[in-house]
Amino acid sequence: MKARIAPDARPCLARGVRLHEDRARGRTVLLAPERVVAPNPSAIEILRRCSGTLTFAAIVEDLARSHQADPGRIAADTEKLLLDLAYRRLVDL
Amino acid sequence: MTHPLPLGLLAELTHRCPLACPYCSNPVELDRRSDELDTATWLRVFEEAAALGVLQLHLSGGEPTARADIVALTRGASRAGLYTNLITSGVGLSEARLEELAAAGLDHVQLSWQDTDPANADDIAGLAGAHAWKQRTVRAVIALGLPLTINVVVHRRNIARVGDMIVAAHRAGARRIEVAHAQYYGWALTNRAALLPSIEQVETAHTTVARLRQELEPGILIDYVAPDHFSRWPKPCMNGWGRQSLNVTPRGKVLPCHAAESIRGLEFWNVKDRSLREIWDASPAFNAYRGTDWMKEPCRSCPRKHVDFGGCRCQAFAWTGDAGEADPACALSPHHAALQAAVEAPRTDLFTYRRFGAARADHQE
Repeated sequence: MKARIAPDARPCLARGVRLHEDRARGRTVLLAPERVVAPNPSAIEILRRCSGTLTFAAIVEDLARSHQADPGRIAADTEKLLLDLAYRRLVDL
Repeated sequence: MTHPLPLGLLAELTHRCPLACPYCSNPVELDRRSDELDTATWLRVFEEAAALGVLQLHLSGGEPTARADIVALTRGASRAGLYTNLITSGVGLSEARLEELAAAGLDHVQLSWQDTDPANADDIAGLAGAHAWKQRTVRAVIALGLPLTINVVVHRRNIARVGDMIVAAHRAGARRIEVAHAQYYGWALTNRAALLPSIEQVETAHTTVARLRQELEPGILIDYVAPDHFSRWPKPCMNGWGRQSLNVTPRGKVLPCHAAESIRGLEFWNVKDRSLREIWDASPAFNAYRGTDWMKEPCRSCPRKHVDFGGCRCQAFAWTGDAGEADPACALSPHHAALQAAVEAPRTDLFTYRRFGAARADHQE
């Protein structure tokens, strides 16, 4: 996948997709049409910021700050995750 | 013994339906309106389901919107934290009602199509005007911004238009389409000679679906369920008996799958008498075919037993009289040849429509 996400894109969960606290199993899941996805903790961190208000650049900046991590690496990981989820119709870019 | 927690609950709110599709997944003996659970009981079931670990609720039927309390049920399920999926024919559903459902927290709509050819679609559904009504409902769902899955049951009377249906669903704005070959239990078994396609038709459909996946995904996601009469291995039915799913019938019986009542001798418990948790953990029907201890040969020593769980218990029962046998769809089953013979059997164009009391006379049992 060679697509890129523009810095000013505002990623959000697609309609009909939401994060849910799965208390019975002690985890956070993504609920979608006919699907339950259990993303890893760092993916959850990203998805919590995908509300449609923050830009991609702002999400990366926020993640880099809160994890004191290299923004370049965070940007690459975040982009990879969001492009994959967009391909699966879970996220709108 | 601890069991995995259920992920999904199929709530058959009613068996009433304006359509009469000859492959209906409801049992041949339908529950009557007077048998149906009341609003309060369903709401309790939804809360118990959420507490038990169920994440997705499928509001189904029959036609679930035939229930006058469908909005209250949807709201209650949504408040319990469940992901709500309305499985509807779209017939009899008004725009105003859809708006109320969306406001009540409905997450997703799954709407059935019979065909792209209107006359043939109405003939399959057994109702004039059904196709046109469905198209209106589809437009209303899209206008409300609700995510839509189109669901198509494939058989010899519509298989030639599998590609047309996928393209039409994409054009209509559906995000997903489920293209599932009919499963031959209950009504579909009664109608097998009218429904089962030829092997050539199945191969053409496979090729069409593969091509359209290349062309259209991810614009529309295509889920394809192949017909097990033509396969070598059985399907992993329900992803294992009593492992992920439960089904509540209109009168409150809790089943491991929607067809489980076709297996004679199983004891099903009812939500009117017990909590969903107690039923999931301890009901004899759920424990009958959980795990792998119940298996006989060829399943017991089979390396695929954790892949397909021995296939479908209902199909095993229908063909062998023993739900503990291997699914005859499996090439290793001694009954496989008999199931394959159905593929060669003569066909008919006559349907026995799914109606209250319709099938008693000609259902072969």
